[in-house]
Amino acid sequence: MTTYETVIGLECHVELSTRTKMFCSCANEFGAEPNTLVCPICLGHPGTLPVPNERAVEHTITIGLALGSEIAPTSLFHRKNYFYPDMPKNYQISQYDLPLCVGGELDVEVDGETRRVGITRVHLEEDTGKTTHAGATGRIAGADYALEDYNRAGVPLVEVVSEPDLRSPGEARAYLQALRGLLRSLGVSDVKMEEGSLRCDANISVRPEGHEELGTKVEIKNMNSIRSVERALAFEAERQRAALGSGEALVQETRHWDEDRGATSSMRSKEEAFDYRYFPDPDLSPLEPEAERVERLRSELPELPAARRSRLETERGLPAAQVAQIVDHDWDGFLEEAVSEGADANAAANWMTGDLAALLNEAGIQLAESKVTPRHLADLVGLVAEGTISTAGAKQVLAEMFASGAEAAVVVEERGLAQISDESALGAIVDEVIAENPEPVEQFRGGKEGVIGFLVGQVMQRSKGAANPQEAQRLLRQRLAP
Amino acid sequence: MPVEIDIEHVARLARLGLTPEELERFREQLGMILEHAERVTEVAAEDVPPTAHPLPSSNVFRPDEPRDGLGREDALANAPDREGDFFKVPPIVEEAE
Amino acid sequence: MTELCDLAGHELAARLRSGEASALDAVESSLARIEATEPEVSAFLARSADDAREQARTIDERIAAGDDLPAVAGIPLALKDVLTTRGVTTTCGSRILETYVPPYDCTVWARLKEAGSMLVGKTNCDEFAMGSSNENSAFGPVHNPWDLTRVPGGSSGGSAAAVAAGQATWALGTDTGGSVRQPAALTGVVGMKPTYGRPSRYGLIAFASSLDTVSTFTRDVRDAATLLSAIVGHDPLDATSIQRPPEDYTDGLEGGVEGLRIGVLRDWLGEGVEPGVRARTEEAIGRLENLGAKIGEATLPHADYALSAYYLIAPAECSSNLARYDGVRYGHRAEGANVIEMMMRTRGEGFGDEVKRRIMLGTYALSAGYYEAYYGQAQKVRTLVLRDFEAAWEEFDLLLSPTSPTVAFPIGAKADDPLAMYLSDVYTIPANLAGTPAISVPCGLDDQGLPVGLQLMGRALDEATVLRAAHAFEQDLGFDARPPLLQELTS
Repeated sequence: MTTYETVIGLECHVELSTRTKMFCSCANEFGAEPNTLVCPICLGHPGTLPVPNERAVEHTITIGLALGSEIAPTSLFHRKNYFYPDMPKNYQISQYDLPLCVGGELDVEVDGETRRVGITRVHLEEDTGKTTHAGATGRIAGADYALEDYNRAGVPLVEVVSEPDLRSPGEARAYLQALRGLLRSLGVSDVKMEEGSLRCDANISVRPEGHEELGTKVEIKNMNSIRSVERALAFEAERQRAALGSGEALVQETRHWDEDRGATSSMRSKEEAFDYRYFPDPDLSPLEPEAERVERLRSELPELPAARRSRLETERGLPAAQVAQIVDHDWDGFLEEAVSEGADANAAANWMTGDLAALLNEAGIQLAESKVTPRHLADLVGLVAEGTISTAGAKQVLAEMFASGAEAAVVVEERGLAQISDESALGAIVDEVIAENPEPVEQFRGGKEGVIGFLVGQVMQRSKGAANPQEAQRLLRQRLAP
Repeated sequence: MPVEIDIEHVARLARLGLTPEELERFREQLGMILEHAERVTEVAAEDVPPTAHPLPSSNVFRPDEPRDGLGREDALANAPDREGDFFKVPPIVEEAE
Repeated sequence: MTELCDLAGHELAARLRSGEASALDAVESSLARIEATEPEVSAFLARSADDAREQARTIDERIAAGDDLPAVAGIPLALKDVLTTRGVTTTCGSRILETYVPPYDCTVWARLKEAGSMLVGKTNCDEFAMGSSNENSAFGPVHNPWDLTRVPGGSSGGSAAAVAAGQATWALGTDTGGSVRQPAALTGVVGMKPTYGRPSRYGLIAFASSLDTVSTFTRDVRDAATLLSAIVGHDPLDATSIQRPPEDYTDGLEGGVEGLRIGVLRDWLGEGVEPGVRARTEEAIGRLENLGAKIGEATLPHADYALSAYYLIAPAECSSNLARYDGVRYGHRAEGANVIEMMMRTRGEGFGDEVKRRIMLGTYALSAGYYEAYYGQAQKVRTLVLRDFEAAWEEFDLLLSPTSPTVAFPIGAKADDPLAMYLSDVYTIPANLAGTPAISVPCGLDDQGLPVGLQLMGRALDEATVLRAAHAFEQDLGFDARPPLLQELTS
């Protein structure tokens, strides 16, 4: 049985969070009423001309510097010519053979190991408008007509192309998370896949292990979340393996990922490959990033994720996988503040990557947008460490803090979550439980260790969950000892 | 020698709907024009850099400052067809790329 | 007594300031001339009489208040219909934009409007500025006021005819391959193309982005200097606009040609040039020499290839520039079962033959497999043409040639032969490829009584020398012939 190797490359499009569009001064905002953020330039009216947004160019250079790319001494805008109703000029101003940034790499944590993924290029272009297919199915096939909203047309878009260095859907996921984290830390984009400010297309092929030559490449589009990307790639890798395994030939094509069906399908094939007739845009002059500008942008780079991860691992002793998650989400600043407020780093990290992450996910918000502050977390961790509340109790406190921003101590008070740790109070309950459960007590004294759990449970029940389970166990053992 | 051109392919690339008569007429005319234009290949120019602009400049930019654009009604004023706040077009049967 | 509409701009301006005439008088004079001559000339696609009168009244109020007015204030102006005018249809001579009303003004018009210009109308032109005879307009040809059976030249034929016929004191056109200089030569007016990038292209509906240049049609060289001064200067909305402030070109206009080194492009006075054109040009050379210019022989060795390069570069850029005309956001839209069909029908119906030819030529030249050989190579030839000019400037301050190899030809004479039509631009194209300033100034009539134009080309950004020499020549020649059409009118 031939073993196949999966080869994946990712092309990510990042909408920059500049104040204005790439080539005109319309506001760059998400979610506005249709066709209200438009002007003659981004509508492609006759006679209009593009003028590049300086900040967008700088953000692109910043991204390249963060990825270790070479910043091109001369870079050109090219026109990519094709017809589509969401493209006001029926050409997209993009970059072709002289992109702003060439090469680079991104280190990605996968299964506890660091993999270095190569970056081919980073370039700058403009986004298209948004098409809605109206009619029966809401999808292209069977639509009666289409509607165009040009608010997004002309928004600055950075394309980051990776080398085909990824070897599994899991690696692809890790790469996306790392890239997203990096871009977020640079402050150049909201990178929200659900809002379209981060988009991803994938190229995937399989080849027999050990082979140098790449297999037939398939492009996958329409993956709207990191999870989609992983699922789509897993499906496609399997499809390709199965096809090759049964002797079928694979076609170089573009396939559409259907989230609901959980499968890729062939998009209507073209008679010929697209001829974009790239040529340098005669309305624009070359970009020649000046040494001073590049150095200034380099000096303005924040500490990069790799350095942050390394520091967290060594200074705080946290495991690599957890550190990766924290840094990818840009949570390390929060963590450090919680630690400076007195929290134990490990405990705080666990709460963040565990329960707090779950709450954020469910609410669909970022940590910065939540009501939980580093001091809240530090308080919570402290209360658990002191034994004032149990872990179960702490989960309740966290949920309330998240919902209302209430102080930990206040929640504990209001809900009576304080654990009973006091020896005399707890002792009394322990004694009662021992008295009322002679058989389990016998069994325990006879050597059956597991029974202690039952007895602790009885103490918890009798105390209506308020007992400190560790204390309860300690007292039980103490009083049951011969 | 007039140049042979796949005129149907070019017309489709350029989204020009032409009648058979036009296709034939243009095929001939373009062949002759290209024959003349092809003379540029007679010039030895391997080491010559291309000129994109007669008076070149570089790094021409715009500050990232928002300005009012067109209001929605002005934007849609010239629209051949609209529905509500949108430009309306016949169904699109192919993905862009 | 000369009609107000037949005066040069500076003469009219003097009368306005002295109170002899009002701006309203000036506008009414032009509008009356339009009424009288339009049925025969067809220079206009849209008229803005009411707006012009409105503007005139404002100017008159300011004059009455003793305001110091800019030089262009109160002078009737026409604009080629490829320049956007807010609220006034701008069609580019094409069905595809027949009902298009721009929501914004082009920068050059915005500046002129601000300075008090009065727009009498938008002029007819070859569709999307593609042509050398104004026969490619979807709305009918323009007729040369000198001989109504002949073309006025193109693509800015309407603006040229309007100035020649007294319908507007001066006008703007656009010169991409000669589209202002050639019609100026064929209609006996002054056509001045400044350095590429000197006037803003924002609002100039693009044909060939690296060649298009807003240019002037005027009765004399002083007016060219005045009008040009009002439209040049950096525009932040045009990334290709030269980063220099406006300049007053009337400064130094009287400098004369003493000691100026003028290179005659002798190769361009050979075969293919009509005898009348050659004769008037030789006379002009003699006149300039008498005025003190140093005449020499110059050559642009790659000029032969300039035409071929132009007919690859311009169509390539235009094929992309005209892609936006697809019926989605503005302009004509045809029926279609799906969007591709709609676009193909819209463009098939909306564009004329010449536009379609150039779009396809350009698409081909840029397509996969052909780019290097065609577009890429043409860009290299462009470099060689630039180097030819640079070599010439070592020896000369100006280059001289006829503007056009022929005088105005009959309407329909070259209609079926695109290649023959392209050859009309053979002397004007090099200055577009190099981006240098160039002027066509009337140098006489041929035996048939048709105007001949003399071309002078100068160094990039040296409009001053070009204007100075042209002015000296013009003043000495004293060309004052009028189109027969006008003689009939005013007799």
